[in-house]
Amino acid sequence: MADDRFTSATAAGLGRLIASGEVSAEESLNAWLEAASGDSLNAYLWKADPESAVAGVDRTAVGPLAGVPVAVKDIFCTEGVPTTAASRILEGYRPPYTATAVSRMAAAGTPMLGKTNMDEFAMGSSNENSAYGAVLNPWDTGTVPGGSSGGSAAAVAGGLAPWALGTDTGGSIRQPAALCGIVGLKPTYGAISRYGMIAFASSLDQCGPLTLDVTDAAVMLGALEGRDLMDSTSVGIEGGVTAPTAERLDGLVFGVPTELIGEGVEPGVKEVFDRSIEQIESLGGRIEEIKLPHAQHGISAYYVLAPAEASTNLSRYDGVRYGLREDGNDLVSMYEETRGTGFGPEVKRRIMLGTYALSSGYYDAYYGRAQRVRTMIVRDFDAAFAGVDFVLTPTSPSVAFGLGEKTEDPWTMYLNDLFTVPMSLAGIPAISIPGGLAEPAGGGNALPVGIQIAAPAFGEQKLVEAAFALETAIGFDGSPARSGSE
Amino acid sequence: MSDNGPDMEAVIGLEIHVQLSTETKMFCGCRLSFGDEPNVHTCPICLGHPGVLPVPNRRAVEYALKIGAALECEIAARSIFHRKNYFYPDNPKAYQISQFDIPIAGPGRLGEVRIHRAHLEEDAAKMIHVGSSGRIQGSDASMVDFNRAGTPLVEIVTEPDLTSGAQVREWGQLLRATVKQLGVSNVNMEEGSLRCDANVSIRPVGSTELGTKTEMKNMNSFRYIERGVEAEIERQKQLVASGGRVIQETLHFDPSTGELHSLRSKEESHDYRYLPEPDLVAIAPTPEMLAEAVGSLPELPAARAERYASELGVQEGAAQLLSVETEWAEFFEGVLATDEAIEPRVAANWVTGEFAGELRRQDDQSLADSKVGPAELGSLVAMVSAKRISHGSAKAVLETMVAEGSDPEAIVQQQGLEQISDSGELEKIVEAAIENNPKPAEQVRSGNEKAIGALVGAVMKETRGRADGGEVTRLLRQALGL
Repeated sequence: MADDRFTSATAAGLGRLIASGEVSAEESLNAWLEAASGDSLNAYLWKADPESAVAGVDRTAVGPLAGVPVAVKDIFCTEGVPTTAASRILEGYRPPYTATAVSRMAAAGTPMLGKTNMDEFAMGSSNENSAYGAVLNPWDTGTVPGGSSGGSAAAVAGGLAPWALGTDTGGSIRQPAALCGIVGLKPTYGAISRYGMIAFASSLDQCGPLTLDVTDAAVMLGALEGRDLMDSTSVGIEGGVTAPTAERLDGLVFGVPTELIGEGVEPGVKEVFDRSIEQIESLGGRIEEIKLPHAQHGISAYYVLAPAEASTNLSRYDGVRYGLREDGNDLVSMYEETRGTGFGPEVKRRIMLGTYALSSGYYDAYYGRAQRVRTMIVRDFDAAFAGVDFVLTPTSPSVAFGLGEKTEDPWTMYLNDLFTVPMSLAGIPAISIPGGLAEPAGGGNALPVGIQIAAPAFGEQKLVEAAFALETAIGFDGSPARSGSE
Repeated sequence: MSDNGPDMEAVIGLEIHVQLSTETKMFCGCRLSFGDEPNVHTCPICLGHPGVLPVPNRRAVEYALKIGAALECEIAARSIFHRKNYFYPDNPKAYQISQFDIPIAGPGRLGEVRIHRAHLEEDAAKMIHVGSSGRIQGSDASMVDFNRAGTPLVEIVTEPDLTSGAQVREWGQLLRATVKQLGVSNVNMEEGSLRCDANVSIRPVGSTELGTKTEMKNMNSFRYIERGVEAEIERQKQLVASGGRVIQETLHFDPSTGELHSLRSKEESHDYRYLPEPDLVAIAPTPEMLAEAVGSLPELPAARAERYASELGVQEGAAQLLSVETEWAEFFEGVLATDEAIEPRVAANWVTGEFAGELRRQDDQSLADSKVGPAELGSLVAMVSAKRISHGSAKAVLETMVAEGSDPEAIVQQQGLEQISDSGELEKIVEAAIENNPKPAEQVRSGNEKAIGALVGAVMKETRGRADGGEVTRLLRQALGL
């Protein structure tokens, strides 16, 4: 049994224990490696070898993160360590270099616990698209943890990691965080380097923290953000990000796009959302109804733009240089065999969608039009933020759904991203925090509900301050998850 | 109108790929090289590993701006990169980062040919096919050398303003000289740092519509391109005259046989699914960068030819020849600098005529390998101008100089070629010649002036060419009382 002196603390709390000398970095790492070794959720695809991991601990590292291990989504390249993006096509691939985000965590003194499971190439909202099996939700192992950063979310919620790195393209940090009852933060596009993050949709991909609370998310973001010469689209966050301290929301205005939050939302989710609105008001915040007229088209635009970019990003997996190669009679059949065998059905579906959308003669009707919708959504947010400080929605229309429940119907699955996609298209920061528990529409165990708060671009510090105040007021107890329900 | 239908004219446009001579690749820090061991200049970025991102090479952007400025192109305030998607083992990401609808340089001009655009992109890797065919079809194996992958390229596209193979060669050489002078590329066609494709079509003379074009790929000299283009124009004319129709295809010209082969027809052409490159931001040159690109331009060949002809009085043909190749222009100006008395027109004729001819005659030496420097040729020309040696002697001296590299002054001394400048000495020889050749002397005296040639010859023989022909004639006429 892992020593719960370490494993019950938040990451920042554990960092303080280590900094004060109460426990050592080695003890902390050993306790967490032991916890991770008990993974019954299929959250990890690769776990660090205890001997070499402990030997690699940087004893000279100082700072609030030093010695706090981190779980890393398997979409980040890690030198010499298997990196698959949960795809057969990258089976056995060991990158020759390490992603900037992972290097930054390492530089802050956090050893890597392991690589977490995910939807193949980050395409999915349930983690059922992994080539290495579905991840189970620690709150109810009959339900999904959300996706695509499902392994990272389940590991943190299930007590298998103090915190984790994830990536978010249309909701892939926020939605699994919501379904697993933890905090997930998608920063502004450009806040953190994408170098070494295996690309899904390059104009949308952004990495970020999955953590037990808002403070941990702010601390991790502070370590990750910054301009990187290896990513010409990275700019960092001016002034950085530090642990939040706000207690009140006086004078702050939260815009609620009432129209968008329509009938598709489960009653239980709506109830928790309404309660959080009352809590905001009790903290001195004001609620205002806003319109995001084009946000309802976000999903349609997203499912043109993201597959279009994915279709070209995934073309490099051709069997020539690395990863899987299935021999063929000639070059074309080698390509076809390799890609036909290596990619799963959802990845193939999106490659085909995207290829079609970019085809000569269809470009304007699909890609061009989707870009115009994206521009309108950006303007919608600009207009909204002229009058409000934040935009508030539920993170997901439902609590965690049953394994296999939505796999036959991609569109219903895609609707999970209804509230998270508009922020991705606009490139603005958004955080999901647990708002409480609710019963699923069809009955069953009460499961976590996420509340999403979005802020203007590079407004991360303001965002975590508000989220921290609300989190304190809500007082969500994540402990049922920590003991697990297995 | 003839039996063969209307007279046809050729319409030719060129696409020229110029490899930039930056230190590192277009989007990563790997060194550029030519001829190194395969796959030693590679990294995760130029090998297209998962998760990598391109970062543009600032120097390559500056070089592209220089080319744009030299071609008098409009420079885009914000140009963007696109992904050009196609699967091939030499294309590691399965897309080439190129520019599509907003290139860095828009319309411009070089000489009489309009430039359509010039854009930045990255080069592909190099494939080596093992097996007898040397092509991917039927090869036993194919190997890829990624050293070249990601080399910065500027692709220059002309308007279809050219009309003959000879014009393609001349203009191509002007373009090559221009780019070379900018110092942004080695422009070596054999090594592939300059590659030229020609699009050829024909149409009835006077028509403004464009016919169906064929594309001729990647030949390694402008002389081959000239021959290939001429062969293709002829093929198209015969085809159309016999009632056929030109189909759009890519052709290869074999210089050894003079034959054209079809590589692929356009029906198999790719849909490149162009996509704005999301990993890169727009190139927005600052006013300082633009000013630097224009301000740093050296005197370019076209302007130089104009200056040589109009200011220095050099004959137009020689002015063109001297301007195309920078080293010839520098050589010529070096000759001029040797002695103020040298007339540019005379020096130009010596450089492009006798000297260039002598280099060709003696093992086709290149100027770079020549043992004769501008100062040596200058001193020879100065001796001729000062009438210290005759033109004929000078040619003999030049032959020795090119062969051995000796100083002209020394050769003249050694061989005693200096003209007899002492009139008294020459007068004696003239008198002796008249005395020894009474017959022609008599003929001249009785009015047959042409007979003086025999007397001049006799003097020249006696002086072994060291006398000035004009002076000899003058003295003879004087002695014969004319």
